[in-house]
Amino acid sequence: MGAPDRTEHPLFAPLVLVGGLIFGFGLAYSHMARPEVVLDFLQFEDFGLPFVMFGAAIVTGIAFFLVPRIRDRAPMTGDAYERRLKPFDRNVLIGGSIFGVGWGLSGICPGAAYASLGIGNVTILWALVGMFAGAYLQGVWRSRSQDTDATATSAD
Amino acid sequence: MLADLTPLLAAADLTSLAIPAEPFPNGISRYAIGGLFVGLGAVLIYLGTGIIAGASTFLESTLSYVSGQSRFAKYRYDRDWRVVFTVGIVLGAAVYAVLWQGGAWTTDVQPWRLLVGGVFVGIGTRIGKGCTSGHGVCGVGSASKTSIVGVITFLAVAIVTAQVVSALGVSP
Repeated sequence: MGAPDRTEHPLFAPLVLVGGLIFGFGLAYSHMARPEVVLDFLQFEDFGLPFVMFGAAIVTGIAFFLVPRIRDRAPMTGDAYERRLKPFDRNVLIGGSIFGVGWGLSGICPGAAYASLGIGNVTILWALVGMFAGAYLQGVWRSRSQDTDATATSAD
Repeated sequence: MLADLTPLLAAADLTSLAIPAEPFPNGISRYAIGGLFVGLGAVLIYLGTGIIAGASTFLESTLSYVSGQSRFAKYRYDRDWRVVFTVGIVLGAAVYAVLWQGGAWTTDVQPWRLLVGGVFVGIGTRIGKGCTSGHGVCGVGSASKTSIVGVITFLAVAIVTAQVVSALGVSP
């Protein structure tokens, strides 16, 4: 952990910015940055929304499959190209359920909330304040029970 | 390509009697094209840096600037680029708002729903190791079993929650 030099490439920050720009543009273009559209999907009034997540997952899936077969390491950081694998434990189910309650109540998830601010939705600041408060609460709680991370064992 | 499917699906609706409401009242192309851009943004960062980005870690990594809690300290080394990523998301959405939306748009969803829902989202994504972008886009793209289980879990719970809230007459 903590090799800070990987971010020192002069094009690192510009590339991350442009990547975020395209990412946020997609969230706005798809209308997923509007809580109403997410709620319409969850209430079965418009089944279009899964095309956002699965359309994006197909694009990333192709890249995550092909790129490691063409190159070993990323040019800007020297990091190995890997898949996104996280250990499975019951936190995935507990956290996923808590997130589901929040998503179903508000129609907002983190990326879409940032994008919502970009489309001029100042009311979304309520959700952003809530998200930071929630992340802080779990951080205080988990900082005091350090053993939770040590229990993650089973491979993905 | 996907835009061409929309009139076909609309025509299919006229002949089928069982569908209670139109399944795609806004078509599919808006969602699919938006999704392609979301995927391309993540892929661009991956190509250059090898980093597989999710949007919810920003919450914890940014809190490390202002809080000394040990839980946040482990994100100190990547908090700077996550701020850059999130600023990019806001700016990219602003580009859409200026060029296509024709100005600012504001939600009618009530502030208490956004605030309380936000707290649950903040707790849940961090305990559950990811959100709609980390698990849903990058994890599913990685064919990660953990992420697929995560997505099924939050999707199912969100559907039940939204249906219950709607049945209780809360709107918007």
